Amino acid sequence: MADKNGFFDLSKTTLSRRTALKGLAAGAGLAVAPGFVRYSQAQSSAPIKIGFQSHRTGIGAAYGRWYEKTTAAAVKAINDAGGINGRPVEVIIEDDGTDPARGAEVVGKFASQHKTDIVFGTLFSHVVIGSAPAAGEAKIPYFVVSEGHHVASTKLNRYVFQPGITDVKSQIQSMAPWIAANAGKKVTQIFPDFAFGYDHRDYLPPALKAQGADVIAQIAIPPTESSFTKYFPQIPAETEVIYHVMVGPAVLTFVKELGEFYGSNRPQLFGFMDSLEATDINSPGLEFLDGSHFWEGSPRYAQPDDSAAQKAYRAAVGIDDNGAAVGDPKDVSTASHMFGCWETLYVVKKAMEDAGYKGPEDRAKLVEATEALTEFAEGPEHPQGPKTFNGKIHQCFGIQNISKVEGGKLKVVHKTKIEDGLYEPEGDYTTQAL
Amino acid sequence: MTEASPTKPYALHLGVIALLFALSFVLPGYHHGLLARIMVLAVFAMGYNMLFGYVGLLSLGHAMFFSAGLYGAGLTVYHLGWNVPAAFAAGLACGALLALVIGLLALRTTGVAFMIVTMMFAQVFYLVILYFASWTGGDQGLVVQQAARVLVLGSASFDLTNPTVRYMSALALFSIVLLVTLAIVRSRYGRVLVAIRENEERTKMLGYDTFSNKLIAVVVSGTICAASGAAYALLFGYVGSSFASVQYSILPLLWVLLGGAATTLGPLIGTLFMYYVIDITSGFTSAYLLIVGIALILLVLFFPKGILGTIRQRWLGWLP
Repeated sequence: MADKNGFFDLSKTTLSRRTALKGLAAGAGLAVAPGFVRYSQAQSSAPIKIGFQSHRTGIGAAYGRWYEKTTAAAVKAINDAGGINGRPVEVIIEDDGTDPARGAEVVGKFASQHKTDIVFGTLFSHVVIGSAPAAGEAKIPYFVVSEGHHVASTKLNRYVFQPGITDVKSQIQSMAPWIAANAGKKVTQIFPDFAFGYDHRDYLPPALKAQGADVIAQIAIPPTESSFTKYFPQIPAETEVIYHVMVGPAVLTFVKELGEFYGSNRPQLFGFMDSLEATDINSPGLEFLDGSHFWEGSPRYAQPDDSAAQKAYRAAVGIDDNGAAVGDPKDVSTASHMFGCWETLYVVKKAMEDAGYKGPEDRAKLVEATEALTEFAEGPEHPQGPKTFNGKIHQCFGIQNISKVEGGKLKVVHKTKIEDGLYEPEGDYTTQAL
Repeated sequence: MTEASPTKPYALHLGVIALLFALSFVLPGYHHGLLARIMVLAVFAMGYNMLFGYVGLLSLGHAMFFSAGLYGAGLTVYHLGWNVPAAFAAGLACGALLALVIGLLALRTTGVAFMIVTMMFAQVFYLVILYFASWTGGDQGLVVQQAARVLVLGSASFDLTNPTVRYMSALALFSIVLLVTLAIVRSRYGRVLVAIRENEERTKMLGYDTFSNKLIAVVVSGTICAASGAAYALLFGYVGSSFASVQYSILPLLWVLLGGAATTLGPLIGTLFMYYVIDITSGFTSAYLLIVGIALILLVLFFPKGILGTIRQRWLGWLP
């Protein structure tokens, strides 16, 4: 049924049959070539193939880049030491665009086209949750480095693990005793009005209550907001601590406007490093943060008491004492999270060795071997610190760092204990069929 | 309007369905799974095409109809434990009801105003999903567990997570919607819709109630999009707010424009093309969206009416 008025004419340009055929031929060549060819390449040396679901584009791109660097460093270290079960490790990267729908497709691509042994490396929670069904259906182990509570909530499936980074519920719970004892007992929370903020909204009040402190106000800020001044009058006058977890590019404006609102007479500030990952702490506008405290997963700045393992890890990944790329001080890392890639790969190595893993037919064994792990000692494989692992909820627990902004650097002033972050399991993945 | 013999179009469409059926047995695993997803999303594009292609109403809010089906089906399974047919019906009902309400309000406008109004309603729908995060999972979304995604028909049960069952379910939905769409556009009603698109005032003068006809088209379009969303939730197990974002209102427009607006098979071609361009180019460079953009520009230059639209104009005038 043709339109007569040219309603759908996007251009009045005419084309010759020859040019049309050229275009079609080019398109057809593009369409058939790589998709069917690429996965048939690296079969000869029979490496362990790890499918890296990377946020190369989209909102997670800054993290994705550093996750790739850390993963490359860990794989080099593992291969230099003989690989896994005597086989080299090969990483195959696919971009998920930080999009859950594409994420699920990428998992399917790893499982059935690249035929990787596992899928690994996802950070953003919505991508993890969107991809988890595909991993469960393909029965391919899916090791995420996300810090979301989704894995530990046991709402995903038996093939999803988070053994290399603690979850946000545990992190928040670990922070509460220090905040109540050192910063203040009347806390106002400012958080983004989406899921990352909701974890803090929901888990901080009970954690502080248990320490004799209270959340006296919760201010949710829509993610579309670019100016924050109008929210600050909602902060109660008796507030002793402002607990902030603003993320994204608006954080510079947020801090600047908060500084203008309070001047020099401000309450204590406590934030999560997620706000400033890949951002220079000395950026103009962030001066107001001087003297405030942050949660850090792994310290961005080298500390005087860094272990040999921590020093070796930083050197291997290529970050200097200020947490920026060696040779490019403006390229600030995502140090609080990216160590999880390093540690997760060593957990995979350990589980594959325990399972006597030979190939995809042993994936179920790999799941069971991972679930059987209980603790990871601090050392070259786990430079961030010691961890325990709960095989029923597929989640690790570890220490957290509280750092103070001093002289344009972050200095670790307190390390929590593993026990501070433990909580009652909410389910048991091991009851699910493999 | 090109008259066609009744057999050719039906033979072509049945042939396409037969081809898709046959591909199930020969495609490698990844492409098999991807094509199942493409067929489901092609249904979304077909729903969009019903309104954009045949009525000439450019909506920028169809993500809300897809999401109404997605959440209508997903939430009833997740929170109420409904079975697959009931959840699918709930998704359809949500989409149809929402389309009726939106149609009644948005059809008071035309042209650019219609685009803006539909986009604003879709944005409201998106923010409502985020607001009720405790029910919807907010921006993280929800997983519909494998155990809940089993279709029981009498004594037979079909696991929708099984790749073959999923592919055939997607094909069944795609085939039904394709044939229904074909029947509609070849019907007297379909011709009225095209008449409205070409000249609404003249159609009114001929005695047609254009508002009612357009409203029916909005409801049919919204219901088809909701069917796609409901199927997506049940077949792929993820319900998330990103499907309600403006991106998913623009995507069906792109798919339809690429494949050929006002062609019944264009939405499939466009969806297929876009998916594979992204899939292949993202393997080479992180700047794949640049390549996608160039591909789109080339298509606009060489296929100004979309792939099938141009083919119809130049060679196969009988294509519906």
